[in-house]
Amino acid sequence: MIQLEGLQKKYGKIQALKGINLTLNLNQVVALVGPNASGKTTLIKCLLGMVIPDGGRILFGGKDIKGDVQYKRRIGYMPQIGRYPDNMRMGYLFGMMKDLGKTRIQDNFDEELIAAFKLEEMFGKPMRSLSGGTRQKVSAALAFLFNPEVVILDEPTAGLDPLASEILKQKIHKEKKAGKLLIVTSHIMSEVEEIANSIAYIVEGEALFYKSISEIKSDSGEDRLGKALFHLLQK
Amino acid sequence: MNKIIKYVLHDIFRNRILLAYVVLLSLSSFGLFMMNEDVSKGLSSLLTVLLIVVPLVSILFTTIYFFNSYEFIELLVAQPLKRSNILLGVYAGVGISLLAAFWIGIGLPVIIFDGTIVGWYFLLSGSLLTMVFVSLAFLASVLTRDKTQGIGIAMLLWFYFTLVFDGILLMVMFAFSDYPLEKLTIFLSCLNPVDLARIMVLLKMDISALMGYTGAVFNQFFGSSFGIIFAMSVMLVWVAFPISIALRIFKRKNL
Repeated sequence: MIQLEGLQKKYGKIQALKGINLTLNLNQVVALVGPNASGKTTLIKCLLGMVIPDGGRILFGGKDIKGDVQYKRRIGYMPQIGRYPDNMRMGYLFGMMKDLGKTRIQDNFDEELIAAFKLEEMFGKPMRSLSGGTRQKVSAALAFLFNPEVVILDEPTAGLDPLASEILKQKIHKEKKAGKLLIVTSHIMSEVEEIANSIAYIVEGEALFYKSISEIKSDSGEDRLGKALFHLLQK
Repeated sequence: MNKIIKYVLHDIFRNRILLAYVVLLSLSSFGLFMMNEDVSKGLSSLLTVLLIVVPLVSILFTTIYFFNSYEFIELLVAQPLKRSNILLGVYAGVGISLLAAFWIGIGLPVIIFDGTIVGWYFLLSGSLLTMVFVSLAFLASVLTRDKTQGIGIAMLLWFYFTLVFDGILLMVMFAFSDYPLEKLTIFLSCLNPVDLARIMVLLKMDISALMGYTGAVFNQFFGSSFGIIFAMSVMLVWVAFPISIALRIFKRKNL
């Protein structure tokens, strides 16, 4: 579904991505794991066309995304920190997003998360008055709203209460079963173990490895993912 | 793009600062018209408001609005929308709002009290000036990611066009006063939209005492009607040029 070929990005003198090659197929949950500032968010932003890469290319469904926006119809995105227009009410925000995205989908909106998070109760509140966690819920609900084939979640459970984060994990499971590709970044290994099939480990703008979780475990001989990764990286 | 304009308008029309701007403009225009017995005197006093307040509010409001909507813009960029449509949508939204404010605050009083062709030129010149400074504000906004820096650049641009430029012009005139300067003066005036707006109105008013050197040169060189058309076209360039550069930068910008 998604192919990254020698993807490069520089911010001034800092080389954020140093030629990443990755192929991500449908029907799985891929966890992007790596130290802070290793280029995970830059990678995601390149996928979404928010950051324009300096070198290499990204193929989405076999087509180069350069200069294209239509491929974004098939992507849902939940940012690390969801920021929304301050004065806009939540209900209005959802209405606006639906209105802007009408062409993506014929009124078949996926409103499961809106219901599960009980967001309707807060539809009258302006976005600036919401807590960080509630905004995360809004971001998550927006990411799935258009029933996209690919969903990108940047640290989805950071800041969510235990109940909400469980709801979100179940949603991720469900969508994976429906044959979608979900890309998740996270620093919590137990969570990654719970939701993901495979891990792409990124260090200093390079993809160190891309393996399934069972492979990582059997390679290292450890049965806890955190330990297994530690083992693998020590070598 | 129409949808983006719609949502920007929805957002701005609830903005209190815009309302304050309308009130300020209408107070000053009604005040000046009522204080001056002669309508054309009122109009020429209002010209000062037009040349100083309108550019200042236009450029500051737009820049601040842009940075406050940064999240909204980010949200839109992740959707299947072209970047150029997003920026032009926001541009049109802000432009329409500020023009509406200008026409309610100054347009209405001018039409009521003056209603002559001079008044219409006055309003045309003010509308162009508004759009020029909205364009410049977009340029200032895409040049940086930092709100304070963006507002700083916007302020500097305003300061430059309303104050510094005239000083430089005067210095040039003074230093080269032994040479024929007509063509140079016309060229230099074209570099300043505020001066062009002033010339546009004064050529129509035909008050030579207020025209200043540049206005007089325009009058002499072009005659009043062609001078107005010339000034107007150069101002249109001033509207189009900054926003097209802003668009170019925005298309490659990392958000």
